[in-house]
Amino acid sequence: MSAATLFGICAALLIGLGLYGLIASPNPLRKILAFNFVGSGVFLLLGSIARRGAAAGMGGDPVPQALLITGIVVAFSATALAVALLLRLAAVTGSATLAEVQPAQVHEHADGA
Amino acid sequence: MNGALNIALAALILGLAVWSVIAREILAAIIGFVAYGLLLTLVWVQLQGIDVALTEAAIGGGLTGILLFGAAARLRDSATAPDAEPAPARVRWLAASVSAAVSAGLIICVFSLPDPAPTLAPAVAANIAVTEVGNPITAVLLAFRAMDTLLEAIVLVFALIGVWSLAADTVWGGRPGQRPVGDPNGMLTYAARILPPLGLMIGAYIFWVGADYPGGKFQGATLLAAMWLLILLAGLSDAPRIDRPALRIGLVLGPLAFIAIGLAGMLTAGSVLAYPDGFAKPLIVTIELALLPSLTLVLGLLLLGTPERSDEQ
Repeated sequence: MSAATLFGICAALLIGLGLYGLIASPNPLRKILAFNFVGSGVFLLLGSIARRGAAAGMGGDPVPQALLITGIVVAFSATALAVALLLRLAAVTGSATLAEVQPAQVHEHADGA
Repeated sequence: MNGALNIALAALILGLAVWSVIAREILAAIIGFVAYGLLLTLVWVQLQGIDVALTEAAIGGGLTGILLFGAAARLRDSATAPDAEPAPARVRWLAASVSAAVSAGLIICVFSLPDPAPTLAPAVAANIAVTEVGNPITAVLLAFRAMDTLLEAIVLVFALIGVWSLAADTVWGGRPGQRPVGDPNGMLTYAARILPPLGLMIGAYIFWVGADYPGGKFQGATLLAAMWLLILLAGLSDAPRIDRPALRIGLVLGPLAFIAIGLAGMLTAGSVLAYPDGFAKPLIVTIELALLPSLTLVLGLLLLGTPERSDEQ
């Protein structure tokens, strides 16, 4: 089996694993972590497709590889925004949970940012 | 030999991913994620994507790892509610079957990819001489698909605006993060005094060789941002106020220079983001040079997060 196929399968399993974590973990920070596994699985899948496109003396198709670099950087910025939202949620409501929060509770802590 | 190495690598990263998803302790899960990111770097090398490997090591494992560690530590400090109760078994089974179906579908796709694989490598090889850069990835990022890179640079600034706009009204314009308490004799302070000159040099080198060899502005900027963060973490310097005009100019300088050169292409080369003959390489280097400080600032500030203290406090 070629490296591209092997890591393509690996990528498919990573996406499934991340998806499971995203749905099944109750903790929002773990959801963000699981989401990063989905993202890196997608990148790996694209990377293995890029590897299959090796031609003209290049080890892989440079166009998807360049898109991957763009993708990894954008994924980081999205993760940073998600983490900032989570920390703000924890500061305002006093708990980092996605469970229903009573409106009164929110009001009480609203100034404690 | 290579085949055995690849199988071992694939097994290791899958094992680490499983560990991260099911580990009880969130810190253990994040440690698993960072180790996974480092091993993934080796996978990128095996897939002949050295530029991607550098980006993955710097951003995928490195910066994202620090970001998640920081968040986990903050959430543990603040009196947060205990972990929400685990999802009921019914939901877990449903999630597991959905995920298994998605994985199975993707594996079928992997085996039914067209053969021979479609590729743009010959097109890049045929046209790379026009751009005068030697690294095909850089040619794609800054010439053939420059629009993607421009939009990416802008998306990063937007993400930072999003992070900043979460600040409470009372601390708007203040400094992000908590005031660092440095230990002047600690190991961290020592590292923060010794490493930055080396990091600066390596960062500048990775940036500079990016035109012809694997490397470039993203990887270089991440290293420079890491050195800045190291100094901040050790308490040798404080995070900047986000309402400083100089900081804001630095943030938008790179994207603005990119846009200006792109628009100038309309007059000099007949289309947006086109470069006039013979000026491709100097213009590409100018754009990269302008993007480097902006990217360094954006990446560092994204990691520092929302402003939390004004100077009066």
